[in-house]
Amino acid sequence: MARTPTKGRKDGPLLDIRNLRIEATVYPPGEQPRNVVLVDDVSLKLERGKVLGLIGESGAGKSTIGLSSMGFGRGGVRITGGEILLNGRDIRKGNTGDVRRLRGKEVCYVAQSAAAAFNPAHKLMDQVVEASVEHRVSSRAEAEKRAVEFFRKLSLPSPETIGDRYPHQVSGGQLQRVMTAMALCSEPDLIVFDEPTTALDVTTQIDVLAAIKEAIRDTHVAALYITHDLAVVAQVSDEIMVLRHGKLVEWGGTQQIIKEPRQEYTNALVSVHHIEHQEHAPGNKPLLSVKNVTASYGNSAIKVLKDVSVDIYPGQTLAVVGESGSGKSTLARAITGLLPPESGSVAFEDRTLANRLADRPRADLRELQMIYQMADVAMNPRQTVATIIGRPLEFYFKMRGRERDQRVAELLEKIEMGKGFADRYPAELSGGQKQRVCIARALAAKPKLIICDEVTSALDPLVANGILKLLLGLQKEEDVAYLFITHDLATVKSIADSIAVMYRGEVVRYGPKSQVLSPPFDDYTDLLLRSVPEMEIGWLEKAIQGRKMVGAGN
Amino acid sequence: MGSPLVKLIAQRVALGFLLLFAVSVLIFAGTQILPGDVAQSILGQSATPQAVANLREQLGLNQPAYVRYFDWLGGILTGDLGTALTTRQDIATTLLPRLWNTLFLAFWAAVVAVPLAILLGLLAVRYRNGPVDKAISGFALASTSVPEFFVGYLLVYFFAVKWQWFPPISTVYDSMPFWQKLQAIALPAAALTLVVLAHMMRMTRAAILNVMQSAYIETAELKGLRPLDIIRRHAFPNAIAPIVNVVMLNLAYLVVGVVVVEVIFVYPGMGQYLVDHVAKRDVPVVQAVGLIFAAVYITLNIVADIAAIAANPRLRHPK
Repeated sequence: MARTPTKGRKDGPLLDIRNLRIEATVYPPGEQPRNVVLVDDVSLKLERGKVLGLIGESGAGKSTIGLSSMGFGRGGVRITGGEILLNGRDIRKGNTGDVRRLRGKEVCYVAQSAAAAFNPAHKLMDQVVEASVEHRVSSRAEAEKRAVEFFRKLSLPSPETIGDRYPHQVSGGQLQRVMTAMALCSEPDLIVFDEPTTALDVTTQIDVLAAIKEAIRDTHVAALYITHDLAVVAQVSDEIMVLRHGKLVEWGGTQQIIKEPRQEYTNALVSVHHIEHQEHAPGNKPLLSVKNVTASYGNSAIKVLKDVSVDIYPGQTLAVVGESGSGKSTLARAITGLLPPESGSVAFEDRTLANRLADRPRADLRELQMIYQMADVAMNPRQTVATIIGRPLEFYFKMRGRERDQRVAELLEKIEMGKGFADRYPAELSGGQKQRVCIARALAAKPKLIICDEVTSALDPLVANGILKLLLGLQKEEDVAYLFITHDLATVKSIADSIAVMYRGEVVRYGPKSQVLSPPFDDYTDLLLRSVPEMEIGWLEKAIQGRKMVGAGN
Repeated sequence: MGSPLVKLIAQRVALGFLLLFAVSVLIFAGTQILPGDVAQSILGQSATPQAVANLREQLGLNQPAYVRYFDWLGGILTGDLGTALTTRQDIATTLLPRLWNTLFLAFWAAVVAVPLAILLGLLAVRYRNGPVDKAISGFALASTSVPEFFVGYLLVYFFAVKWQWFPPISTVYDSMPFWQKLQAIALPAAALTLVVLAHMMRMTRAAILNVMQSAYIETAELKGLRPLDIIRRHAFPNAIAPIVNVVMLNLAYLVVGVVVVEVIFVYPGMGQYLVDHVAKRDVPVVQAVGLIFAAVYITLNIVADIAAIAANPRLRHPK
């Protein structure tokens, strides 16, 4: 697709950010509002047609920097210092009209969740061509023609007619590609990709990633690629910039950053995934035994779980992996009785658990605890940490007063948080600390089994790593078993003793970790394993190649 | 059009009829338990017992209540609303032109009020928290807080008495030219507009502001669209359901809540008719007017429901 050379091509870098400083006012509960610096003295340069990866944990300021290239501050964020030179002119000096005219024309944006970023009330095509028409890049008919070409290039199904659909009629991975087409449609000089594949399943992510990479290559558009996943950014970027707490840590070529990181922090990011975990052999008597469980929501037309059988042994971890919609969380709901199975049974120790939660005695409830993905919504924001952790102590053990406070302090010690946290509210804690409090709450009941539902998915890799280590340590101390639900195979490798791979409500592969993760693989497990990004330049091409061969073989 | 949409709409309509039936029972029962005897009150204190008994017989008051109810209901279903006790006139023929007048007034009040409220709501969002927003909200809230009879008299004082632009009394008759009719209803329509404006405007503002938090609004901003275009094209379509609901409630108020305004401006509509006959204890008229008001209310709410359903693309275009 030849780009029209009509736009004023100037020499010099496309984007040149100098000494950028971005601030915001925060309103902490019970304190005076104060200013925080989100981005502090960051400079970057981006040449035409190049891709710069911005990487860092949440709060590193990567999205804030990306959006600043469009003169945009999310929710009261202010750009307070520095220069942002786009095509040679400082966009901070322009008025709101000038900034508006460059958005959607010179710089376009691809959001993390395309499902939320598309307006549900309009057809996709109307939204895709909107910016082109608004900025008079081309007539509507031409823009539509270009959009269809991009749809085809991004391998969307029925490119001619997909534009007539509404967002809810298209899958998440497809929407992400439509959004990329939307950004490309007005032929911008720069696209800001803000975690474009983070919300997708690994098997979908790889396709979208390949499509984005190809589109960037063929249109020669420059890009800022924002992500927290170093392995992903290594596939698409020419250069990588590592950020932390709004400051630049390291900036260099992709190869240098992932192979010879110069800063300690970068090194920690690169080598984050390795936890040594010795697999235990299954014992002779399972703690929890799920037998032929079938379950469905609503009027039993669609089975969400089909004849699922797994065992969990005392003090061991069963990891359940699969993509969204595979039934992993439903399995947890069936085990806990939140969704009574239609057939099959769940046995715990020597007794069969009642199907319905309401029919289970309190002892059964106590021995089976849960930890959730979103720690902040799993806690009452108006209760202190001590109240949250103390609640199961009162409920199950009738502990009161000093005895309870003593135990809360012990539990806080266990999760590596000091006594000082007892009087804090959840809003004052970081994401990792919140999850630790949830772990302490589950432990307070002295359970024999904890169901962990994507407990590290919302956390930054380093923080998630800390949580996994904590969970493993606690398992040794307390001899508690985990049912660990995740979509992340790296996590599975570091924590599991046995693995169940789920696909469309069925267990397609089940056994000890070493056995499940060694060939010969079934087709789905193979696809899943091949889709996990590796920190290796050229991995994407190899993986896509490999998948095509699998496809040809079938 | 998908079948779920048709099914949902059919459900709403069926429910509406059921509700109207229930309301008719309530109205009938309510007027039955009113104290006093209709025949007695028609004939006055000096009537002989024989005369009262004769009249009761004539009016069918000696029959059991459910028989009278079904007589009444059957009459309504065949278009016969009964006969007014006081004037001995057919209710339907007296009522129809008055209903027409009320709808005429409500229609023109709505034509002004609804677009104005939505436009002001959009502007308030566009300039939110600024002086424009505060001025709009302040004006709208002030006009709602003042009771409608007071608004009515204020309008009469300035526009009819002081400046004499419009007549103080809104007399309309059939042979009146259209423009004169409009001039005659200008003041009551203005009073009604002021009463309903604020509610609709505030709800429009709130509904759109709620949508403005969505990620797709940020997408629109990052496309470089103008603020008013973002509100109009991206926020408004997603705020239609709550806005339609509140608009319909206010339209219903324009029809059934005009009693006071009609009395102030001596407008020959349903409200005045109702007030007159309540005073005279003319039960059949009160029943008929009550039922018509209920029907208007239920119909407009069904319209709001259907509009909200139709505005949802997930229902309009199933997967």
